[in-house]
Amino acid sequence: MRRVSLAGLARPQFAALVAVLLINWMLFPGFFDISWQDGRFFGSLIDVLNRGAPVAILAIGMTMVIATKGVDLSVGAVMAIAGAVAAVMVVGGWPAWLAVVAALAVGLLCGLWNGALVTLLDMQPIVATLVLMVAGRGLAQLITEGFIVTFTDPVLIFIGTGSFLGFPMPVVIAFALMVLTTLAVRRTALGLLIEAVGVNRSAARFAGISSRLLLIMVYAFAGFCAAISGLIVTGDIRGADANNAGLWLELDAILAVVIGGTSLLGGRFSIPMSVVGALIIQAMNTGILISGFSPEFNLVVKSGVIILILVLQSPMAAGLFRRRSAAKPAQGKTAP
Amino acid sequence: MNRSLRPLAATAAIFVLAYLAAVAVYPGMFSTRVLGNFLTDNAFLGIAAVGMTFVILSGGIDLSVGAVIGFTTVLIAVLIMWVGLHPLAAFAVALAVAAAFGAAMGAAIHYLKVPSFIVTLAGMFLARGGASVLSPDSIGIKHEFYTAVSKSYLLLPGGGRLTVVGGIMLAVFLVGMLLAHRTRFGSYVYAIGGSETSAALMGVPMARTTIQIYMLSSTLAGLAGIVFSLYTSAGYSLSALGVELDAIAAVVIGGTLLTGGYGFVAGTFIGVMLQGLVQTYIVFDGTLSSWWTKIVIGALLFMFIVLQRLIFTASAPRRKVLWKT
Repeated sequence: MRRVSLAGLARPQFAALVAVLLINWMLFPGFFDISWQDGRFFGSLIDVLNRGAPVAILAIGMTMVIATKGVDLSVGAVMAIAGAVAAVMVVGGWPAWLAVVAALAVGLLCGLWNGALVTLLDMQPIVATLVLMVAGRGLAQLITEGFIVTFTDPVLIFIGTGSFLGFPMPVVIAFALMVLTTLAVRRTALGLLIEAVGVNRSAARFAGISSRLLLIMVYAFAGFCAAISGLIVTGDIRGADANNAGLWLELDAILAVVIGGTSLLGGRFSIPMSVVGALIIQAMNTGILISGFSPEFNLVVKSGVIILILVLQSPMAAGLFRRRSAAKPAQGKTAP
Repeated sequence: MNRSLRPLAATAAIFVLAYLAAVAVYPGMFSTRVLGNFLTDNAFLGIAAVGMTFVILSGGIDLSVGAVIGFTTVLIAVLIMWVGLHPLAAFAVALAVAAAFGAAMGAAIHYLKVPSFIVTLAGMFLARGGASVLSPDSIGIKHEFYTAVSKSYLLLPGGGRLTVVGGIMLAVFLVGMLLAHRTRFGSYVYAIGGSETSAALMGVPMARTTIQIYMLSSTLAGLAGIVFSLYTSAGYSLSALGVELDAIAAVVIGGTLLTGGYGFVAGTFIGVMLQGLVQTYIVFDGTLSSWWTKIVIGALLFMFIVLQRLIFTASAPRRKVLWKT
């Protein structure tokens, strides 16, 4: 079992994050300035954390799914559904805590649906979650009846824009979720079981792991994370936008997980590294924005990053490294 | 009846039933005018879906289709309006660019040994981003060639119009069927989808075929972009957003297995028509909001996947492994 140690800080992801932040600093000298105002921190770095939180939360759930050799394409749509449920409920006069619980429960249900399709009907994860990805936005629009539902409920707005101990609420939520999930998977056998299912589902079943239950749980957790993310995004703009909430965020979440070094072929995952991946993506976004490029330029940069990672992770590159450093044993960087 | 034709027959039967039900509610839907509009309105989706069928038959997936359509429309608009090329020359350039793009993705999938899903995801970002870098705003295309094309059509009995873009789609489907069932390339695609390892052992040229498959998909997406540009007379970097999902849905509804190795190009045609039917019905109804389209298509997708599972578990005595590694 991996433990966080000093050696862990030498990972390429941290180097990449530092490099991106340094580039941002060169473009915008005030990038590392942090000020204290109205009982909370302000600054570009805090902004990177804050804006990166929704994707980081999605990435935490997505990491678990990808570790079982699956993928969840529906998280963006689930975000929209959860946001729509919460907004419609507070506008309808329900107490805010009930709206939050209902939104989380709906996210959990969406995840259970995905998990049921993957396990009980034995569908490929891409297809199973595609159903909800296509239909989910329609459902969210059905809930909001096609309008952007705006609200003034202080609790929901606090989730999106409030602060706790000086840090923005989304950052606090993301951090807490990361710590709790990491403890749950690394201090218990859960992580090992997930990796076992990811490496070989039938072998895991023969070894006595109830892979169906585990898979359903993992998809339900991804739906739950998506609902949290949806609440944050909804609270942030003080309204539920069924069309645009979480649009394309599933792709960002997958990208964050891949940058974090989780193998798309299952069996190897790291939740904190996925969060770092999400921060790298957000730092790039912020950098492109403050350097004055159009935000569309983002996509080109992102694709460049994916290609770079794929080349680095590929067996071909691993072969090159192996030849260079024949003395060293092959590192665990190869995609099997 | 041949067992392997069952899903195709099921899809066709469901389309006929759905169409009859729609006609029973709105008799006006039973006309060649509506059918002609079906073909015109879904032409770009149909063309892209043919390419997607080949990709899915080989066990892969191409998420870059919609982005390539968007990129092509912008590239054509830029070449015609800013560079001053003749539309036909612009089309040739666009097809060449799309083909090269697909070949690069295919090469990456084969040589880097990464899932097609992630490579084409990068391709999607690249094509969308490239399109917005070319021009973030919509560019209108004004050219006599475009007006001539949009004015020419074949009059069908009953007053329906088979437009040029509708005709292109039908032609692409015909060529696609021939390519899938009557050529060596088609057999290679089915072989790879059945099992990559056995295909390689049988002597299928894996590198060449993989590159060709993604080249075909991107080229057809480029053609779909040309059709989209003829259809809207504009180039916009965000056009055809999410078409890859519609195309995948059409392929799945058409009875092609997402695990690869099994399916028909003709089924995809029915899948596209069924989506068109849902949209047209919602337009005819007038009281249903457009978001019902998404829900109904999602429900159809779900229904067909379950149907496929049932048919396959009923017809195959041995369990087909759907968990592809």
